[in-house]
Amino acid sequence: MKKLLMATAATALMTGSALADDHAVKLGVILGFTGPIESLTPSMADGAELAMKEVTDSGKLLGGKAVMPVRADSTCIDAGAATAAAERLVTAEGVKGIMGADCSGVTGAILANVAVPNGVVMISPSATSPALSSAEDNGLFFRTAPSDARQGEVMADVLLEQGIEEVALTYTNNDYGKGLADSFKSAYESKGGTVTINAAHEDGKADYTAEVGALAAAGGDRLVVAGYVDQGGAGIVRAALDSGAFDTFHFPDGMIGQALEDNFGTDIEGSTGQHPGTDSPGAAKFVEQVGDAFDATSPFTPESYDAAALILLAMQAAGSVEPGDYKDKVMDVANAPGEKIYPGELGKALDIIAGGGDVDYVGATAVELIGPGESAGNYRQVEIKDGKLTTVKYR
Amino acid sequence: MDFLNAIVALSNFVLIPAVAYGSQLALGALGVTLIYGILRFSNFAHGDTMAFGTMVVVLFTWWFQSMGITLGPLPTALLALPFGIIACAALVIGTDKMVYQFYREQKAKPVILVIVSMGVMFIMNGLVRFIIGPNDQRFADGERFIISARDFKQMTGLREGLAIKTTQGITVVVAVIAVVLLFWFLNRTRTGKSMRAYSDNEDLALLSGINPERVVLYTWLIVAALATVAGTLYGLDKTFKPFTYFQLLLPIFAAAIVGGLGSPLGAIAGGFVIAFSEVTITYAWKKVLGYLLPETLEPDGLVQLLSTDYKFAVSFAILVIVLLFKPTGLFKGKSV
Repeated sequence: MKKLLMATAATALMTGSALADDHAVKLGVILGFTGPIESLTPSMADGAELAMKEVTDSGKLLGGKAVMPVRADSTCIDAGAATAAAERLVTAEGVKGIMGADCSGVTGAILANVAVPNGVVMISPSATSPALSSAEDNGLFFRTAPSDARQGEVMADVLLEQGIEEVALTYTNNDYGKGLADSFKSAYESKGGTVTINAAHEDGKADYTAEVGALAAAGGDRLVVAGYVDQGGAGIVRAALDSGAFDTFHFPDGMIGQALEDNFGTDIEGSTGQHPGTDSPGAAKFVEQVGDAFDATSPFTPESYDAAALILLAMQAAGSVEPGDYKDKVMDVANAPGEKIYPGELGKALDIIAGGGDVDYVGATAVELIGPGESAGNYRQVEIKDGKLTTVKYR
Repeated sequence: MDFLNAIVALSNFVLIPAVAYGSQLALGALGVTLIYGILRFSNFAHGDTMAFGTMVVVLFTWWFQSMGITLGPLPTALLALPFGIIACAALVIGTDKMVYQFYREQKAKPVILVIVSMGVMFIMNGLVRFIIGPNDQRFADGERFIISARDFKQMTGLREGLAIKTTQGITVVVAVIAVVLLFWFLNRTRTGKSMRAYSDNEDLALLSGINPERVVLYTWLIVAALATVAGTLYGLDKTFKPFTYFQLLLPIFAAAIVGGLGSPLGAIAGGFVIAFSEVTITYAWKKVLGYLLPETLEPDGLVQLLSTDYKFAVSFAILVIVLLFKPTGLFKGKSV
C-alpha cells in the first residue's frame, strides 16, 4: 500500500512538473468555492477562466504564451484560510496575478498579507467594501466591482423614487454588510429617508426569530436586507415572511441570485433590488460568447471575466508578466483613449497593443476604473414580478 | 383591543417561534444527552448526523413528490421520515462498528472519544455535501400555514397578525410524541431499563447480565431516530443546508449542558431555556409597549435590552452561569 502511494505521489509530481511549462503564465483564481457565496463562485471562476482560455487560444499574449488558471478557495469569510490559500498560489504555484478575492473581508486580508508583501497584482470582481478604496496597496489592487459607497447612493435613490421613506435595515455582520449598511444609511438619511433600525445578523445560524422580532417592532415600509442569498439573508427573509412582519424587501447585490427566485418567488412580489450590471453591448456579447457553458448573468460573473482580461491586457501592454511591470498599465488598458474592446475581442486587443496602439477595455460590464482603481459602477435595478427578477432599468 | 394586539404581537414574534425552535433544540439535545449518558462521550458529530438523516428524508421526499405521492395538507417529508431514520440508523451503527467500538474495547478516555467524534463529524459533513451539495434545499410542501398573518388580521380585525406555520404545529406535536415515546421506552420497557442501568453504573449492569453491545445498539437506534426527526423538523420549519446543521451543534450542546448532561428531562428544559433566552432577551418591546401604555408614555426608542448581535452571548452567558453555580445542570445530570 505504502509503495503504491509513493508511486502515485511520484507520478503526480512528475506529471505536475511536466505540465508546468515555462512558457505558461499562471493566474490565481481565488474565490469562495465553499462558504456563504458558494452558489455564485462556480460561474465567476468559469467567467475568469473563459478570458484566460480566449487569450491562450488566440496565441497572441507576449508571443504566444499560454495562460493557466490555478483555483484556490477563499472561503469568503475565513481570513486565515484565505491568506494561506493565496500564499500557496504565490509561493508554491508562482502565479503572476490574482483574479480575486471575492468577499471584502478576505480580499483585504489577502491584499495586506500576501499581495502587497509579495508584490502581486490583485483584481477583485466582487469585493465592494468602501474600506478597500483607502487600503494600502502600492498600486497593486484593482476591482471591477464598484465600491458600496456608490451602491448605497443608488439604493437610496431607488427607494426614494418609489416613495418609500421609512425602512428597517439588517446586514450580515461582516465587512461587506457593515460597509454597505453604513453607506446606505448615510445616503438615505441625507436624502430625507428614515432608517428605523440598523441591526446585524450572523450568517449560518439556526434561527432568526430574534432578529425579525426586533426588525418588526421597529417597523418600516420595506425591509432592506444587506446579506447573502445563500446565508442569513435568506433566513431573515423567510422568517419575516412567515411571521407577516414584512411583505416587500429591498435587496442589494449579495441577495440577488437564482436562489432568490427559487426560494421565494411570488412570496416577495413587488420587492426591489439592484446589483452591478450594465446595458452596454458588452453584457449581451458576453452572454452570447458564453452560450450554455455556464450562467453568464449570474452576479459578478461578467466582472470576473473582465478582471482576468484586464490582467492579461496589462501584461501585454507592459510586455512583461511581472506584476511590478504591468501594475501601472491596468488603468491604461481599462480606460479611454483607445479602441473599445468587448468580450470575445481579447485577441484583437492583444494585436492592437502589440502594434503599439491603445485600447479602452469595455468588456462585459462597461469597465471604467476611477480613483484608486475601482469601477465607477453601473447598476441594474430589478423588481420581482410574477416571481421572477426583472430589469427595471440601468443606472 | 390594544391589550389583545400586544398579546398577539408578542406571541407572533416571541412565543410561537421560540416554542418551535425550543422543541427542535430539545430533540437534538436529547440525542446528545443519551449518548453522553450511555456511551459516555460528547458526540460532536450529532449536528451532522442530523444533517445526514434529513438529507435522506429530503431525497425520499423528492422521490415521492415526483411520483405524485403527497400527504395533502401535511408535508410529504413526514412520509419519508421512516426511511430517513433507517438510513441514519444504518450510518450511525456502521460508524459505531467501524470507529467507536474499537475505542470502547480499548476503554479509551472520554476525551479521546470526543476527538474521534470530531473526526466522524468532518467525514459525515463531507459525505452529506458530497451527496446533496452544500446549497439550500427546499422540501417543504403541503399547506404552509395553519393560520397566516393576513387571515388572522381579517378574521379578528386586530392590527397585529398572528402566523402559525404548519411546520411549527407539526414540530410541537411530533416533539411531544417523540418525547412521550422515549420516556415510556426508558421507564417501562426492559431494554429501556437496562439502558438506564448501564448508564447509572456500567459495572453493576454488566454483572447483572446486561449485554453492553445490545445497549449500545439500541442507543444508536434511538439517537438516529431523534436526530433525523429533529433535523427534519428543523429543515421543514426553516431550510435544509448542511452548514447550518453544523452550526446547530452549539445551541444543542448549550441546551444539553444547561439541562444537565445525561438527563433527558434536562435536555428538554435546556432546549426551551436556550430558545426563549435567545428570543426574549433581545426582543424590542417597542410595539408591545406601544399597545399597552397610554399614548403619552409610548416609547420612542426600541426598548431593547440587548441588540440581537448578542443573542448568542445570552445563551452562552446562561451556560457559564449554570456551570459556575450548578455544574451538573438544572436537572442533576453528570458534571462536565
